[in-house]
Amino acid sequence: MVTTKKNADAIGTNGYRLIGTRPIRPDGTDKVTGRAAYAADTQMEGLLFARLLRSPHGHAKIKSIDASQALALDGVEAVLTAADFPGIEMSGNDRNGRPADNQWLQDNILASDKVLYHGHAVAAVAAKDPHIAEDALTLINVDYEVLTPVTDVREAMLDDAPILHPGMRTNVQASDVETDTERETNIAMHMRLERGDIKSGFDSADVVIEREFETSWYHQGYIEPHSATAFWNRDGKLTIWNSSQGPFVVRDATAKLLDIPIADITLIPQEIGGGFGGKIPMYLEPISALLSRKTGKPVRITMTREAVFQATGPTSATYNRIKIGAMRDGTIVAADAYLAYAAGAYPGSPVGAGVQCAFGPYYIENQRIDGYDVVTNGPKSAAYRAPGAPASEFAVEATINELSESLGIDSVELRLKNAIKEGNPNAAGVPMPRIGAEEVMEAVKNHPHYTSELQGDDVGRGVGFGFWHNAGLESGSTATINSDGSVSLIVGSVDIGGTRASLAMQLAETMGLSYEDIKPRVADTDSVPFTHVTGGSRTTFAGGWVAYELGIELREKMRERAANIWEVDLDEVEYSDDATITSKPDNEGNEREFTFVGLASKMASTGGQISATVSLNKTSQGAAYGGHIVDVHVDRDTGKVEILRYTAVQDVGTAIHPSYVEGQIQGGVAQGAGMALTEEYFYDDEGLLKNASFLDYRMPTTLDLPMIETEIVEVPNPGHPFGVRGVGEVPIVPPMPTIQQAVYDAIGIRLYDMPMSPRVVLEELLNEG
Amino acid sequence: MARFVLKTNINGEEREFLADERDSLLDALRERAGLMGAKEGCNNGNCGACAVVLDGRLVNSCCVMAAEVDNSEITTIEGLAEPDSLHPLQETFLENAALQCGICTPGFLMSAKALLDSNPNPTEHEIRWWLAGNLCRCTGYDKIIRAVQDAAERINS
Amino acid sequence: MQTVTYQRASTVNEAIALLSDGGENARVLAGGTDIIVQARERARTVDSFVDIKHIPELMTFNYNTSDGLSVGAATPVYLLYNDNDIQTHYPALVEAITVIGGTAIQGRASLGGNLCNSSPAGDSLTSMMALGAIANIAGPNGERDVAVSEFFTGPGRNILDLGEFVVAISFATPPANSGAAWQRFIPRNEMDIAVVNCGSYVQLDGEIVTDARIALGAVAATPIMVPAAAEALIGRQITDETISAAAEASYEAATPIADMRGSVKQRKHLSKVLTQRTLDIAVERARG
Repeated sequence: MVTTKKNADAIGTNGYRLIGTRPIRPDGTDKVTGRAAYAADTQMEGLLFARLLRSPHGHAKIKSIDASQALALDGVEAVLTAADFPGIEMSGNDRNGRPADNQWLQDNILASDKVLYHGHAVAAVAAKDPHIAEDALTLINVDYEVLTPVTDVREAMLDDAPILHPGMRTNVQASDVETDTERETNIAMHMRLERGDIKSGFDSADVVIEREFETSWYHQGYIEPHSATAFWNRDGKLTIWNSSQGPFVVRDATAKLLDIPIADITLIPQEIGGGFGGKIPMYLEPISALLSRKTGKPVRITMTREAVFQATGPTSATYNRIKIGAMRDGTIVAADAYLAYAAGAYPGSPVGAGVQCAFGPYYIENQRIDGYDVVTNGPKSAAYRAPGAPASEFAVEATINELSESLGIDSVELRLKNAIKEGNPNAAGVPMPRIGAEEVMEAVKNHPHYTSELQGDDVGRGVGFGFWHNAGLESGSTATINSDGSVSLIVGSVDIGGTRASLAMQLAETMGLSYEDIKPRVADTDSVPFTHVTGGSRTTFAGGWVAYELGIELREKMRERAANIWEVDLDEVEYSDDATITSKPDNEGNEREFTFVGLASKMASTGGQISATVSLNKTSQGAAYGGHIVDVHVDRDTGKVEILRYTAVQDVGTAIHPSYVEGQIQGGVAQGAGMALTEEYFYDDEGLLKNASFLDYRMPTTLDLPMIETEIVEVPNPGHPFGVRGVGEVPIVPPMPTIQQAVYDAIGIRLYDMPMSPRVVLEELLNEG
Repeated sequence: MARFVLKTNINGEEREFLADERDSLLDALRERAGLMGAKEGCNNGNCGACAVVLDGRLVNSCCVMAAEVDNSEITTIEGLAEPDSLHPLQETFLENAALQCGICTPGFLMSAKALLDSNPNPTEHEIRWWLAGNLCRCTGYDKIIRAVQDAAERINS
Repeated sequence: MQTVTYQRASTVNEAIALLSDGGENARVLAGGTDIIVQARERARTVDSFVDIKHIPELMTFNYNTSDGLSVGAATPVYLLYNDNDIQTHYPALVEAITVIGGTAIQGRASLGGNLCNSSPAGDSLTSMMALGAIANIAGPNGERDVAVSEFFTGPGRNILDLGEFVVAISFATPPANSGAAWQRFIPRNEMDIAVVNCGSYVQLDGEIVTDARIALGAVAATPIMVPAAAEALIGRQITDETISAAAEASYEAATPIADMRGSVKQRKHLSKVLTQRTLDIAVERARG
């Protein structure tokens, strides 16, 4: 590992020159002046506006679609239904060789034979004006045969539940389980992770706690609705401008569904107005593209907010059962988890990560985790910040908080006793490298918030922890040295929250340059190697690896260039940490030294411009842990929970740009607080979503949160040149159990179903009398 | 389609363009006048991303008909900075990292400007109350509130 | 939004003519914070907007101690809550209008608009009812005054006839030794529809209640007055017990539905809690 230390007075306490400082983000001025271009801002000559017709039913067969009246409306240029897809081989493998069902992918974009949720898209109209497109939707007649919906995960698992996908059988990813693989079912998958012997573990336990939990559907709630513009020219070349966390993934999927070569598509990602996982799936791009092909004009689709809630996003609603056994001294000896996640319309809930993360912060010798992926009538669930982890870890943390009470052991001490350490196996059995679980728990224990006295009536304090494994995956970038010594950094990762800054900082640190010397830019899919989604807290980690490797390669090339100019052996040339290139004096005693700028200015005449391209798939991501402390007040007359004080402690490995690290943590807390208190989906008996708006899907406002204190713990990831672990996911995990515990502390009532809305809290209080 | 000529002053400039009778002010600004700074987050007054100042008063432009603003004065995010410098709020938003994805930022800036214009020295609670109609999903609001506090201090000093 | 025309009225008579000619799908456009969204989402059929904001008297308000307060129906509420007289004499009104939407909504939203939208949960409605406000209505057959408490006929519906619209809302000068307060309960701290809202008004003679009005919102098809709550107070000494009795009367009077915004049990209980809380404040204000 090369660290790029310069003169001592310029180096921070972390040993770095730039890492750990707080420069202004490169895209900042565009964003505060309204100049940054987001997907819905795409304008071009001849642009058509498309609108989607969506199902008014929760579950129905499509018998026929008649769009003739819509097509006849003046200004309407094309109508699209699922019949317009080219019809490809629907089975196949994804990029990583896993089976992918393209029929499900396509049907989720435009339903073919069945609508599986309220708001499922069935047709699209492109018109000269958005108002005309809206009028045209009212002229499309769809004949439905309405079917009984099933929106609840446990009801969907019953033998007599309405079946969403006729012929579906359970894919069992475990041995020795009794799951019926013969019957037609909504249970798409059953997986199990197991180690040790839970029976003997529970037999030896002094205390066993078993509890059941439910969590609602939660939407990512990004403020920017999905939008995609496409132009398919007569030469077969398709250009897409969109809002996506994964431009390359969307490009490849679009090529697949439209049956065209990947190289015929250029995807130009626009600034992205939030995603949190919800802008990984593809919803609009093939529709815009096919409408463009029909009309010969560019077509833009922007979703309505109602459609965003009805048809995109949410993370699975879940039912979880947790059983934990411990000895009197607090040693947890056995743990069993049953996790059932509603996938929505098509298989693919994040139950896998829910299973992997459930007992994440702890080492438990005997454990078994069963996970079920269950289709239900609702939008296909999408990734949402630490996908799958908040629900399973809430259930585990809440159970541990109860265990601590039964054992009479402080809940942080209990956790420290069972904390996962370097060398312990993770859920998959792989030994952990250096991790910071204990450091986080110690930091919580010693935090002035935790040690302060809680004062007042009906107030309570809670503490909870969370884990996310983080992600590596493919990333690619190109860096080019310009003749004035500046460096253009072209990255494939879209920037949702400041990654242009964090990647530029890592390249500058590696090369001994200033932050301002690096000009980062997010490129289109033709300009850099395949780069996986901005998600999983991978971008600063994996993109940082790439930036580091780019820096090393550029340093090498600058040395080589200098060696050529000086006609000396390469090993006689040094690239110092202040980016000067030197060798020993020549025979006449002249200094051999180039400043970085000096050598850059000579590139053209000494062999041409220097650039490098790096593409990596790193798997050395670092597991990360967070611990939260909250104080709440509960109004016993209304059931309302007020957050009085909130502290989030997290091991981030190394904080590249601490402001954005804090911002990620604070944002995660805000979303987690919404999950705990006010956010939920309301489906009626007909499977209709009743609260598809920001008014009734209640995300926290400025008045619902206090300032959110953060404490950054830095236990560097040994698998990263600068120790980066990844930040964004972990902080959404602890809020549910943390706030749940605080509510219990305040009013003596434990609530097992999230959210703890005022209605629920009040009714519990009234029931208690 | 019923089109009409909309005459209005946007960011100090007299503008004349065709709009549709069904257009909201937000539609007209974005799709007819080409000012993309105001954002559509919900189109029903619940997120504040489309906030602009109309005849001196903060409004959600999605809840105003374009036809209403004939002969009005409108300030949008594009009109907030001086030709050679940013508004103090723009500076403090950048310095505090008070934006992540940036989609809500134009609305927050316009709202915060309206606040500081009417109350140059707001308390934290007054800031939170004033900005409660602006949703942000990235930041947890902490850094936004601090940026507004810093801007107030900068303007008052 | 379906095809719609936009027309400006510059006098009350012009507005009456435009609304009469336009038929039942001609809608008054005041602040537009409800009607524009409803038209866009095709929740209400609107084929013409009649903008009343260019009628000068619709956009102003007057207060004096003899006549009380008269508010032009389209006056944006922020002008009201920033006014010293209104803050001093009608704090219960200020409490309601400072929570209607966010500040950008308050730049446009009006009492007349809130009234004519006639939502069972409209925030200013129960405040106006508790204050005994009167709607001044103009129409093809002349003017008439209707108490706000008599204005509503159902969710989104009211007593206005074709061609009629609300010109102003009038509030009497608060008598000596009177006080009023308004509160709502919402799950968040802003940007929500009330689960329940409540306005209370009392007038005292020493410790004896001489007049009282309690209004509840979101517990029936329209905002309601709770006469039984007033009866539990009038003629009695103000004590915790009489306030509790009034609160119990609110509990009994509430006949809410269960929906995503609240359950029956929750809404009935909140009717009691908010009646008690607003009465406590109203009494404190009445005592001075």
